[in-house]
Amino acid sequence: MIKASHLSKIYRNDSVATVALDDVSFEIKKGEFVAIMGPSGSGKSTLMHIIGALDIPTSGTYLLDGEEVGKLSEDELADIRNRKIGFVFQAYNLLPRTTALKNIILPMVYAGIPKEEREKRAADLLEMVGLGDRLQSTSSQLSGGQQQRVAIARSLANNPSIILADEPTGNLATAQGEEIMEIFQELNEKGHTVIMITHESYIAEHARRIIHLKDGKVVEDNGNHKQRRVNHNN
Amino acid sequence: MDFSETLQSASEALTLNKLRTALATLGVVIGIGAVIALISLGQSSQKAVEAQIQSLGSNLLTVMPGAQTSGGVRQAAGGATTLTYEDAKGILTSSQITTVQNVSAELSRRAQVTAGRNNTNTQILGVTPAYQEVRKINLSSGSFITQRDVDSLSKVAVLGPQVVTDLFGEGANPAGETIRINRMAFRVVGITTPKGGSGFLNQDDMVFVPLTTAQKQLFGVDYVGSISVEAKNEKVMNQARDEVGYFLLDRHKLSDPAQADFTIFSQEDVLGAASQVTGTFTALLSGIAAISLLVGGIGIMNIMFVTVTERTREIGLRKALGAKKKWVITQFLAESVILTSAGGILGMLLGAILSFVIAQFINLPFTISLSSVFLAVGVSGGIGILFGWYPAQKAANLSPIEALRYE
Repeated sequence: MIKASHLSKIYRNDSVATVALDDVSFEIKKGEFVAIMGPSGSGKSTLMHIIGALDIPTSGTYLLDGEEVGKLSEDELADIRNRKIGFVFQAYNLLPRTTALKNIILPMVYAGIPKEEREKRAADLLEMVGLGDRLQSTSSQLSGGQQQRVAIARSLANNPSIILADEPTGNLATAQGEEIMEIFQELNEKGHTVIMITHESYIAEHARRIIHLKDGKVVEDNGNHKQRRVNHNN
Repeated sequence: MDFSETLQSASEALTLNKLRTALATLGVVIGIGAVIALISLGQSSQKAVEAQIQSLGSNLLTVMPGAQTSGGVRQAAGGATTLTYEDAKGILTSSQITTVQNVSAELSRRAQVTAGRNNTNTQILGVTPAYQEVRKINLSSGSFITQRDVDSLSKVAVLGPQVVTDLFGEGANPAGETIRINRMAFRVVGITTPKGGSGFLNQDDMVFVPLTTAQKQLFGVDYVGSISVEAKNEKVMNQARDEVGYFLLDRHKLSDPAQADFTIFSQEDVLGAASQVTGTFTALLSGIAAISLLVGGIGIMNIMFVTVTERTREIGLRKALGAKKKWVITQFLAESVILTSAGGILGMLLGAILSFVIAQFINLPFTISLSSVFLAVGVSGGIGILFGWYPAQKAANLSPIEALRYE
């Protein structure tokens, strides 16, 4: 599903070159739950941008479902993001003053899904993340945890290949963070591929596989840890 | 994303932040409304000035005595005593003059007028019947000075409404009453309708008496103060001026026009001076309109720029979720178009209402020109759309990562 070979990313700012990624290679298969971990400055955000088709590598190849993303035009990248990637951001990034339902509908509008279908699907997704009674709530009427669940529902709107979460619990209290992890684990069990960026090992341990980055390089990549399971109390 | 979808999401986005939308619309409304109101008020007052000048009569020549040059010293026009009633009669009856339809000789002095216990100091105007025709005098009651009055030196008077008010009280009808001018008794035979005007040109504050009575009985002179000549139409004004000029030179036995002991003015001379004034006036108003257009435009520019710039993060998010660049730009352009159109329509209404109310208030004719509406809506609308589009396309050109980080 994902095949990254020798990815490098160099930022040039006023003739000073900063190496953010240095010869990174890995593969992620369908149905995996991977955490990408590392301290700040390790290049994990840069890697997330490349995986999410928000940015392209300076060198190396990144294949997503067999397509080389680095060679695509801006509009084609937008299309990849729309259909194949489901973003979950640290700051939720919901449209302000917009209902939960409309937030989830947005990516489907860009995908050209007919109106009745997208409204039904958005309602189903909200039901799935446990917010079936908050369809018409705007983000300011929802708690942080609820907003992040709306964001997860939005990420699933176009049934993407990958759910890509960037510090999804960074703005949340531990208990709410646990709820988010529970949803990710459930989604993963249903067959969704989840890639999560975090700097907290406690959160990373909820994944099945952890890729450690440091100074732009992969320093460790294993699934040897015991996956931390969130207690299902229902 | 088809057209209706774009329009729908644009109008949805506009309804989300109602305050922001209202403020942006208000900016457009004020900008456009102010420009329309200013331009149309300017045009209204210009029209009023022109109409006032036109009402003086456009085919009228005035002959004033004096202005002859003696030894290089030019005397002030009107100061001399060289015109007579016979000159006026001659102009009307001369076979050399073909372009004149009416001639009126006038003599004007101030005098004390009393009626019973009341008295006033006003303009006494000795006239012939032709005056009524030439100056378009209307009577609210009674009749004007007749030729018989002039021939027989009758002691009759026609009063202006201001004089009636001063002597007999507001709304009184003193026809048949007696007034005294310089202690000489006159019978009131008519009252003129109010004409407006002010200062020494106040046509309502006058007493008309027969010219001959004024000359011989009241003031003891044998000349006239001025002669008004009405040409047959506006096209023959220059010819009439020449004919009258040469006729009077002949009559006064002068051979050189430079020696003329009279001066002829036309309304055109007055109009010429006035149009210079209105020209300056128009330039001033255009300047004000240009400034308000600029200020309104900058206001619209600011509000649109801020409105769109503060949504840079939203644009980043939309792009991250798969919006193509042109969709983002189209949506924001649609928002600007909806906003400036709504603001434009409201602004037109505001401008029209504003200029109507002000015109009523300061007593001007209400006019609104299509060109000012087009100018205001065109320029302000253009600025609104341009500055809705420009920051939107700038934000849409940012990479989604940068746009999302934008604070």
